[in-house]
Amino acid sequence: MEPRSEMVHWFFATGFLFLGLILLSRAIVGEQVWARRRWRLYLWPSIAFGLGILMWPVMTFFTNSAIHMIAHGAWAQALMVAGAAELGLVRGKLHNPLWRLATPVGIFVSGVAFLVHEQNTWFFARSAFLHHLIGWTLVGGSLVPLALAVRPRSAVLQSGFAVLFVVVAVMLYCDRDLAPVFGHLSPLAGVPHR
Amino acid sequence: MQTQIVTHALAVRTHRDYRAFIVSALGPLTALAGVAWAIVQPYRITLLHPHHQGFWWLFAEAPLLVVAAGAAFSFLIARPLLADLEEDDGAA
Repeated sequence: MEPRSEMVHWFFATGFLFLGLILLSRAIVGEQVWARRRWRLYLWPSIAFGLGILMWPVMTFFTNSAIHMIAHGAWAQALMVAGAAELGLVRGKLHNPLWRLATPVGIFVSGVAFLVHEQNTWFFARSAFLHHLIGWTLVGGSLVPLALAVRPRSAVLQSGFAVLFVVVAVMLYCDRDLAPVFGHLSPLAGVPHR
Repeated sequence: MQTQIVTHALAVRTHRDYRAFIVSALGPLTALAGVAWAIVQPYRITLLHPHHQGFWWLFAEAPLLVVAAGAAFSFLIARPLLADLEEDDGAA
Protein backbone atom coordinates (compact mmCIF):
# COMPACT_ATOMS: atom_id res chain seq x y z
CA MET A 1 0.00 0.00 0.00
CA GLU A 2 1.31 3.43 -0.94
CA PRO A 3 1.68 6.23 1.59
CA ARG A 4 -0.71 9.12 1.30
CA SER A 5 0.42 12.13 -0.72
CA GLU A 6 0.72 14.28 2.40
CA MET A 7 3.11 11.75 3.94
CA VAL A 8 5.38 11.96 0.91
CA HIS A 9 5.46 15.73 1.43
CA TRP A 10 6.47 15.17 5.07
CA PHE A 11 9.27 12.79 4.05
CA PHE A 12 10.62 15.35 1.59
CA ALA A 13 10.20 18.03 4.27
CA THR A 14 12.49 15.99 6.52
CA GLY A 15 15.09 15.79 3.76
CA PHE A 16 14.81 19.52 3.13
CA LEU A 17 15.05 20.29 6.84
CA PHE A 18 18.17 18.14 7.21
CA LEU A 19 19.64 19.81 4.14
CA GLY A 20 18.82 23.26 5.52
CA LEU A 21 20.54 22.46 8.82
CA ILE A 22 23.61 21.23 6.99
CA LEU A 23 23.80 24.35 4.83
CA LEU A 24 23.21 26.59 7.84
CA SER A 25 26.00 24.99 9.84
CA ARG A 26 28.30 25.33 6.84
CA ALA A 27 27.48 29.02 6.59
CA ILE A 28 28.14 29.46 10.33
CA VAL A 29 31.51 27.70 10.59
CA GLY A 30 32.86 28.85 7.23
CA GLU A 31 34.44 26.97 4.35
CA GLN A 32 37.79 26.41 6.07
CA VAL A 33 36.37 24.40 8.97
CA TRP A 34 33.69 22.74 6.81
CA ALA A 35 36.36 21.40 4.42
CA ARG A 36 38.44 19.82 7.20
CA ARG A 37 36.64 16.55 6.48
CA ARG A 38 36.38 15.81 2.81
CA TRP A 39 33.08 13.90 3.04
CA ARG A 40 31.30 17.02 4.27
CA LEU A 41 31.92 18.73 0.93
CA TYR A 42 29.96 15.99 -0.81
CA LEU A 43 27.15 16.03 1.67
CA TRP A 44 24.67 18.58 0.38
CA PRO A 45 25.18 17.85 -3.35
CA SER A 46 24.67 14.15 -2.61
CA ILE A 47 21.45 14.82 -0.70
CA ALA A 48 20.19 17.10 -3.51
CA PHE A 49 21.00 14.35 -6.03
CA GLY A 50 19.29 11.77 -3.80
CA LEU A 51 16.17 13.91 -3.49
CA GLY A 52 16.13 14.10 -7.30
CA ILE A 53 16.30 10.30 -7.53
CA LEU A 54 13.46 9.97 -5.02
CA MET A 55 11.31 12.22 -7.20
CA TRP A 56 11.13 9.40 -9.78
CA PRO A 57 9.04 7.08 -7.57
CA VAL A 58 6.91 10.11 -6.77
CA MET A 59 6.41 10.61 -10.50
CA THR A 60 5.59 6.94 -10.97
CA PHE A 61 3.22 6.34 -8.06
CA PHE A 62 1.67 9.77 -7.45
CA THR A 63 0.78 10.80 -10.96
CA ASN A 64 -2.88 11.54 -11.57
CA SER A 65 -2.49 13.58 -14.75
CA ALA A 66 -0.06 14.19 -17.60
CA ILE A 67 0.94 17.56 -16.16
CA HIS A 68 1.78 15.86 -12.84
CA MET A 69 4.03 13.41 -14.63
CA ILE A 70 5.81 16.08 -16.65
CA ALA A 71 6.25 18.36 -13.63
CA HIS A 72 7.58 15.61 -11.36
CA GLY A 73 9.84 14.27 -14.12
CA ALA A 74 11.31 17.70 -14.95
CA TRP A 75 11.73 18.32 -11.25
CA ALA A 76 13.59 15.04 -10.70
CA GLN A 77 15.94 15.81 -13.55
CA ALA A 78 16.59 19.40 -12.42
CA LEU A 79 17.44 18.29 -8.86
CA MET A 80 19.71 15.52 -10.12
CA VAL A 81 21.53 17.87 -12.51
CA ALA A 82 21.98 20.46 -9.74
CA GLY A 83 23.33 17.85 -7.32
CA ALA A 84 25.54 16.24 -9.97
CA ALA A 85 26.98 19.61 -11.07
CA GLU A 86 27.88 20.49 -7.48
CA LEU A 87 29.40 17.03 -7.00
CA GLY A 88 31.45 17.53 -10.17
CA LEU A 89 32.66 20.92 -8.97
CA VAL A 90 33.62 19.56 -5.53
CA ARG A 91 35.39 16.55 -7.02
CA GLY A 92 37.25 18.74 -9.49
CA LYS A 93 35.79 17.02 -12.56
CA LEU A 94 34.05 20.24 -13.57
CA HIS A 95 35.99 23.49 -13.69
CA ASN A 96 33.76 26.00 -15.41
CA PRO A 97 32.12 28.16 -12.71
CA LEU A 98 29.01 28.40 -14.91
CA TRP A 99 28.11 24.91 -13.61
CA ARG A 100 27.17 26.66 -10.38
CA LEU A 101 24.13 27.98 -12.25
CA ALA A 102 22.72 24.44 -12.21
CA THR A 103 21.58 24.98 -8.61
CA PRO A 104 19.53 28.16 -9.17
CA VAL A 105 18.10 26.60 -12.34
CA GLY A 106 17.21 23.47 -10.35
CA ILE A 107 15.50 25.53 -7.65
CA PHE A 108 13.67 27.58 -10.28
CA VAL A 109 12.47 24.47 -12.13
CA SER A 110 11.34 23.01 -8.78
CA GLY A 111 9.30 26.16 -8.15
CA VAL A 112 7.77 26.09 -11.62
CA ALA A 113 6.96 22.39 -11.18
CA PHE A 114 5.09 23.17 -7.97
CA LEU A 115 3.10 25.92 -9.71
CA VAL A 116 2.40 24.01 -12.90
CA HIS A 117 1.07 20.83 -11.28
CA GLU A 118 -1.30 22.72 -8.98
CA GLN A 119 -4.37 23.32 -11.08
CA ASN A 120 -6.60 24.67 -8.30
CA THR A 121 -6.75 28.21 -6.98
CA TRP A 122 -4.94 29.38 -3.82
CA PHE A 123 -7.87 28.93 -1.41
CA PHE A 124 -9.24 25.69 -2.87
CA ALA A 125 -7.65 23.72 0.00
CA ARG A 126 -4.54 23.83 2.13
CA SER A 127 -2.52 21.70 -0.26
CA ALA A 128 -3.37 24.04 -3.16
CA PHE A 129 -2.41 27.07 -1.10
CA LEU A 130 0.88 25.51 -0.05
CA HIS A 131 1.74 24.40 -3.58
CA HIS A 132 1.28 27.98 -4.82
CA LEU A 133 3.21 29.38 -1.85
CA ILE A 134 6.10 26.90 -2.13
CA GLY A 135 6.22 27.40 -5.89
CA TRP A 136 6.55 31.16 -5.67
CA THR A 137 8.95 30.88 -2.73
CA LEU A 138 11.23 28.65 -4.79
CA VAL A 139 10.93 30.79 -7.92
CA GLY A 140 11.83 33.92 -5.91
CA GLY A 141 14.31 32.01 -3.76
CA SER A 142 16.23 30.84 -6.83
CA LEU A 143 17.72 34.35 -6.88
CA VAL A 144 19.67 33.45 -3.71
CA PRO A 145 21.70 30.58 -5.24
CA LEU A 146 22.02 32.72 -8.37
CA ALA A 147 23.70 35.44 -6.29
CA LEU A 148 25.65 32.72 -4.49
CA ALA A 149 27.05 31.56 -7.84
CA VAL A 150 28.51 35.04 -8.25
CA ARG A 151 29.63 35.45 -4.63
CA PRO A 152 30.12 31.87 -3.33
CA ARG A 153 31.86 32.92 -0.09
CA SER A 154 29.16 35.32 1.11
CA ALA A 155 28.01 34.13 4.56
CA VAL A 156 24.78 36.09 4.24
CA LEU A 157 23.87 34.42 0.95
CA GLN A 158 24.90 31.00 2.25
CA SER A 159 22.67 31.52 5.29
CA GLY A 160 19.85 32.73 3.04
CA PHE A 161 20.20 29.61 0.90
CA ALA A 162 19.98 27.43 4.02
CA VAL A 163 16.96 29.30 5.37
CA LEU A 164 15.22 28.80 2.01
CA PHE A 165 15.33 25.02 2.53
CA VAL A 166 14.16 25.30 6.15
CA VAL A 167 11.23 27.52 5.11
CA VAL A 168 10.22 25.13 2.33
CA ALA A 169 10.49 22.24 4.82
CA VAL A 170 8.10 24.01 7.21
CA MET A 171 5.62 24.57 4.36
CA LEU A 172 5.87 20.92 3.30
CA TYR A 173 5.21 19.77 6.87
CA CYS A 174 2.01 21.89 6.83
CA ASP A 175 0.70 20.00 3.83
CA ARG A 176 -2.44 17.89 4.22
CA ASP A 177 -4.32 16.03 1.50
CA LEU A 178 -7.62 17.57 2.48
CA ALA A 179 -7.75 20.38 5.00
CA PRO A 180 -8.93 23.99 5.07
CA VAL A 181 -6.60 26.96 4.76
CA PHE A 182 -7.49 30.05 6.80
CA GLY A 183 -11.03 28.69 7.06
CA HIS A 184 -11.36 28.16 3.30
CA LEU A 185 -12.09 24.76 1.80
CA SER A 186 -13.82 24.33 -1.51
CA PRO A 187 -16.86 22.00 -1.40
CA LEU A 188 -15.38 20.40 -4.51
CA ALA A 189 -12.32 19.28 -2.53
CA GLY A 190 -14.23 16.76 -0.42
CA VAL A 191 -14.44 16.04 3.29
CA PRO A 192 -11.32 16.36 5.48
CA HIS A 193 -10.24 12.90 6.64
CA ARG A 194 -8.71 13.96 9.99
CA MET B 1 51.86 44.78 28.61
CA GLN B 2 50.41 44.86 25.12
CA THR B 3 46.75 44.94 25.93
CA GLN B 4 45.65 45.36 22.32
CA ILE B 5 46.93 41.87 21.43
CA VAL B 6 45.12 40.33 24.40
CA THR B 7 41.88 42.10 23.48
CA HIS B 8 42.13 40.84 19.90
CA ALA B 9 42.71 37.24 21.04
CA LEU B 10 39.66 37.40 23.30
CA ALA B 11 37.56 38.77 20.48
CA VAL B 12 38.58 35.91 18.17
CA ARG B 13 37.89 33.40 20.93
CA THR B 14 34.43 34.87 21.58
CA HIS B 15 33.55 34.72 17.87
CA ARG B 16 34.53 31.03 17.69
CA ASP B 17 32.61 30.20 20.85
CA TYR B 18 29.59 31.96 19.38
CA ARG B 19 29.75 29.82 16.25
CA ALA B 20 30.20 26.61 18.26
CA PHE B 21 27.24 27.54 20.43
CA ILE B 22 24.95 28.08 17.43
CA VAL B 23 26.02 24.86 15.69
CA SER B 24 25.56 22.83 18.89
CA ALA B 25 22.13 24.41 19.45
CA LEU B 26 20.73 23.80 15.93
CA GLY B 27 19.95 20.10 16.42
CA PRO B 28 18.40 20.35 19.91
CA LEU B 29 16.36 23.38 18.88
CA THR B 30 15.02 21.52 15.86
CA ALA B 31 14.15 18.50 18.00
CA LEU B 32 12.53 20.80 20.54
CA ALA B 33 10.40 22.32 17.78
CA GLY B 34 9.21 18.80 16.91
CA VAL B 35 8.37 18.08 20.55
CA ALA B 36 6.49 21.38 20.85
CA TRP B 37 4.53 20.52 17.70
CA ALA B 38 3.65 17.10 19.14
CA ILE B 39 2.38 18.76 22.32
CA VAL B 40 0.32 21.34 20.41
CA GLN B 41 -1.13 18.74 18.01
CA PRO B 42 -1.00 15.40 19.86
CA TYR B 43 -3.47 13.82 17.42
CA ARG B 44 -0.67 13.84 14.83
CA ILE B 45 1.23 11.29 16.91
CA THR B 46 -0.58 8.14 15.89
CA LEU B 47 1.59 6.08 18.24
CA LEU B 48 -0.50 7.54 21.04
CA HIS B 49 -3.59 5.81 19.59
CA PRO B 50 -2.13 3.02 17.43
CA HIS B 51 -5.18 0.78 17.13
CA HIS B 52 -6.61 0.35 13.61
CA GLN B 53 -3.78 2.42 12.10
CA GLY B 54 -2.00 1.24 8.96
CA PHE B 55 1.76 1.05 8.59
CA TRP B 56 2.19 4.46 6.97
CA TRP B 57 0.15 6.29 9.61
CA LEU B 58 2.38 4.75 12.28
CA PHE B 59 5.59 5.38 10.35
CA ALA B 60 5.01 8.91 8.98
CA GLU B 61 4.49 11.09 12.02
CA ALA B 62 5.54 14.59 11.06
CA PRO B 63 6.50 15.91 14.54
CA LEU B 64 8.63 12.82 15.14
CA LEU B 65 10.28 13.28 11.75
CA VAL B 66 11.30 16.78 12.84
CA VAL B 67 12.78 15.35 16.06
CA ALA B 68 14.59 12.70 14.01
CA ALA B 69 16.05 15.33 11.67
CA GLY B 70 17.32 17.37 14.64
CA ALA B 71 18.78 14.31 16.35
CA ALA B 72 20.42 13.05 13.16
CA PHE B 73 21.95 16.46 12.59
CA SER B 74 23.26 16.61 16.16
CA PHE B 75 24.90 13.20 16.10
CA LEU B 76 26.04 12.90 12.50
CA ILE B 77 26.94 16.47 11.53
CA ALA B 78 27.26 18.77 14.53
CA ARG B 79 29.49 16.54 16.68
CA PRO B 80 32.33 16.08 14.19
CA LEU B 81 31.90 19.68 13.07
CA LEU B 82 32.33 20.97 16.63
CA ALA B 83 35.44 18.82 17.03
CA ASP B 84 36.87 20.35 13.86
CA LEU B 85 35.94 23.81 15.02
CA GLU B 86 37.81 23.16 18.26
CA GLU B 87 40.83 21.82 16.37
CA ASP B 88 40.80 24.83 14.10
CA ASP B 89 40.58 27.02 17.17
CA GLY B 90 43.61 25.26 18.67
CA ALA B 91 45.60 25.58 15.46
CA ALA B 92 44.82 29.30 15.11
